Amino acid sequence: MDLIRRLFTAALVAGVLSGTAASVVQQATTVPLILEAEKYEVVTPPPAADGHQHGPVREVGEGVPTSAGEAIQRVGLTIAANLLTGVAYALLLGAAILLAGRPVDARRGLVWGMGGFVAVSLAPSFGLPPELPGMAGAELELRQLWWLAAAAGAGAGMLALAFARNRAVIAAGVLAAALPHVLGAPHPESAEGAVPPALAAHFVAQSLGCAALFWAILGASCGWLMGGLAGAAEPRAAALPQAGAR
Amino acid sequence: MSTNSIRTAGSAAPSTAQTTAQTTAQTAVAAFAAILLGSFLLYGVGFAQPQQIHDAAHDARHSFAFPCH
Repeated sequence: MDLIRRLFTAALVAGVLSGTAASVVQQATTVPLILEAEKYEVVTPPPAADGHQHGPVREVGEGVPTSAGEAIQRVGLTIAANLLTGVAYALLLGAAILLAGRPVDARRGLVWGMGGFVAVSLAPSFGLPPELPGMAGAELELRQLWWLAAAAGAGAGMLALAFARNRAVIAAGVLAAALPHVLGAPHPESAEGAVPPALAAHFVAQSLGCAALFWAILGASCGWLMGGLAGAAEPRAAALPQAGAR
Repeated sequence: MSTNSIRTAGSAAPSTAQTTAQTTAQTAVAAFAAILLGSFLLYGVGFAQPQQIHDAAHDARHSFAFPCH
């Protein structure tokens, strides 16, 4: 029970630190671009069952907050979502660190964090670039499924390369990482969207930059806070010479 | 890795092996609990589609490059 409590505490702190940092940087980088893109967004509902086509439910620019209260609420919800994202990823990364059973500190945690960045930010973005509101995309469920496959595959591949001894396991990991990209991400028939390409390009770079910073802080703080836990996961390695004295 | 050290320690001192086996079980339980809660939170914040959850997490989803809408 003590191990669970300490793991969850480490994940909570690491998640809050990284989520807070991401929130600050996002407000200066990605969020203004999202608001800008929403000026171009027009949402058209799918045809009704009787084939009758309704008009757009949102007019151009309607998504942009109009009052200070709305803007504050929107920022607050985004911060809450970032903190939850941080805690969720920190729990998953912490579990991976614990299962790997190798000692960690802040610097080794940074490497783990960069692995997390590659797995859930860089690898999915290779097929599905970070997208702004109003950009054309294939069916959502397909994209979510592909995103999960790309992230899980990249994570499995990196873990296999780092820790597996068996060549078949390493080969399976590399295959899992490559397969979603070989099959290809789901894309719309026409990539045309209302968002200016320069805005979209800028957003891709800033989204990846924010994620890199987020993961660096998440990994380093996870490693730092789990320093004592790694000893719990691999307790006898350091203590073997003194085993008789216990 | 840790399995080998368990066995080495176990042949010399059974009580140590017992403690290590307990630690291994604790590690597995803690990691499983973290994966379960982490996946649940990640699904909620990044993937769930009910309108209110989607709207609340909207800017975070776009910033983190989750497929959003």
